[in-house]
Amino acid sequence: MRWLLVKDLRILRRSPLLVSLLVIYPIVIAVLIGFALSRGPDKPEVAFYNGLEGRPTQVELGGEQIDLAEEGQRLFDAIDPVPVDSRAEAIQKVEDGDVLGALVIPDDLASNIQSALEPGTVEVYYNAEDPAKRQYVENTIKSQVQDANSALTKRVAKEALQLLDLISEGGDYTFLGQDFDVLGLQRSEEILKAAREDLPEESPERAELDRVIAFASLARENLAFSDDVLNVVGEPIRVKATALDGGTTSLNSFAIALAVAVSLMFITLLLAAGTLALEREENAFARLVRGLVSRTALLVEKAGLATVCSVAVSLLMLAGLSLFVDLDWGRFPLWLAALVLAALAFAALGLAIGALTREVRAASLLAFMLCLPLAFLALVPSGAVAPALYDVIRAVSAAFPFKPALDALDAALNDAGDLGGPLLHLAGLALVFGALARVGLRRFA
Amino acid sequence: MERASGIAADAATTIAARELVKRYGERVALRGVSLSAGRGELVAVIGPNGAGKTTLLSILAGIQPPDEGSVETASRIGWVPQQAALYGKLTVAENLMLFARLERVAEPSAVVQRMLALTDLEERADDQVSTLSGGNRQRVNIAIGLLGQPDVLLLDEPSSALDPRQRERLWEFILRLAEDGTTVVFATHHIQEADRYASQLIVLADGERVFDGSPRELEQATGTTGLDFEQAFVQFLHQRGH
Repeated sequence: MRWLLVKDLRILRRSPLLVSLLVIYPIVIAVLIGFALSRGPDKPEVAFYNGLEGRPTQVELGGEQIDLAEEGQRLFDAIDPVPVDSRAEAIQKVEDGDVLGALVIPDDLASNIQSALEPGTVEVYYNAEDPAKRQYVENTIKSQVQDANSALTKRVAKEALQLLDLISEGGDYTFLGQDFDVLGLQRSEEILKAAREDLPEESPERAELDRVIAFASLARENLAFSDDVLNVVGEPIRVKATALDGGTTSLNSFAIALAVAVSLMFITLLLAAGTLALEREENAFARLVRGLVSRTALLVEKAGLATVCSVAVSLLMLAGLSLFVDLDWGRFPLWLAALVLAALAFAALGLAIGALTREVRAASLLAFMLCLPLAFLALVPSGAVAPALYDVIRAVSAAFPFKPALDALDAALNDAGDLGGPLLHLAGLALVFGALARVGLRRFA
Repeated sequence: MERASGIAADAATTIAARELVKRYGERVALRGVSLSAGRGELVAVIGPNGAGKTTLLSILAGIQPPDEGSVETASRIGWVPQQAALYGKLTVAENLMLFARLERVAEPSAVVQRMLALTDLEERADDQVSTLSGGNRQRVNIAIGLLGQPDVLLLDEPSSALDPRQRERLWEFILRLAEDGTTVVFATHHIQEADRYASQLIVLADGERVFDGSPRELEQATGTTGLDFEQAFVQFLHQRGH
């Protein structure tokens, strides 16, 4: 047993690629998960422009003084605000991908709310790079505005209840600097009952009756004011959301593009890497390249095989999905272009992996281990991580075919954005990884 | 490096290598090794482990280029690597057919049938290679090397995985090829095989050719006539400081 263990450790020591993979992979995954947890969606960075800064932030709703700056703090319970000096700067930060979105409090928010006749409006800007992000941003911001609305509603409802209590019970009340002694319905009832018992029908006790009339008038005014309050109470603040970039793909349609991209990546990478590595594992490579087949022809054959197989499977998958969702078959040529170029780019990457590893098992393992983080990174939304890290993620995603493949498939399937750019990107990656694979074959035999 | 497809100097010579040098980083695998062989000749390349036998054969086969020196060859060379270069998931016939088509031989089906008959594997033609014994795999391996009807056949340790009976059959087969005019160059650890079958011996040690001649000439060179040939070979290496 002991000697078997020593032997296995020795073999591992002499397999640096495998050991590196086994060590580095969990570290990378742990770091990614760590970032996901520590900078998760509950505290995304949002650019915040406060148009109320330097202006009065107190508004009176139903006689209640409300500090909007204080109430606005509730918006930040679930976001990490990045203060900016202007609406333009906020929008720029979103466009640069530095923040998840931007929240703009316009200069007229306080006056609109003060008017009590229409809700105040806050503005939200974000990049809808993919539908998942759009839904996430909308949910996050809406949830926060709902919280703020709820808080304001409670304050105003409390004031409305006090007014109703005043009308019912009577008491002192100050409005627009004037003090009133409100009689209240209960006391009015008592007075009216006494007057009815004590006075003959033609009695001139007008003073008492005047008080009743005044109360009736004030009660009517207060109730009318309560109507205004109650109109606004439902939604004191409204959100005007603007997507700066990205398509209008629904989450379901995007999920189809994502599923196809992931399947295409797995099939093509594993096939290309595995079949090339198999040539060496079977000792056939040297026999093949001594005049029977050129190294370049061998790579082209493997890329062709992987591409044809994965495109066929992807088309079958789309045909199956079309039974459940509406797919525009009129765009089939565009689907095919996106699938073929994406498959070629994945195949070239797979061949580079196969040439590097030279063993089927190691090639398959490396291809598999590469797939998941690539998909994960391509789906990280801007603003969900620190700007510098997001730039790194964007660069890594651009260096591998998954992200452009996803963009191309989304554009081809859902008419979401530009198709030419991602196709060119994929063609470039296919050439680069193809060249790397060709270089790798020099030391293959 | 010069690699010519025909040999003009001597029509009987089918392969000739001159002053071959091969380096792997700091390590020198071949140091100015030369050899030549003619039609029907059986040349054994022997030497201790790491002497450069496989490197020499792979350069002669065109698998890798030498750093210095030249190889002149006949137009068709068959190469049989030490480890069977076969696809385990394909049948014997499918492997032969694949390489026959890659070799662009005329009438590949007929050639495959001939190779199956030659290697006595007709009954196993439809068996997957992964199910064959080591000896049978080696026969398929050699059959693939012969598909192009080569003028020169290069064999790297052809009998290393075979039992004595299989070795005997293999050598009968190789001798028939030589009788038909095929030049056979083989590397081997079986010194007795080299003594028994080779007409010419090339002895390599540390990448250097230390002997080129017949087995009898090797015995004479060491003054060990009458000894077991393997003992004579070991003594020869001792005398040369290896």
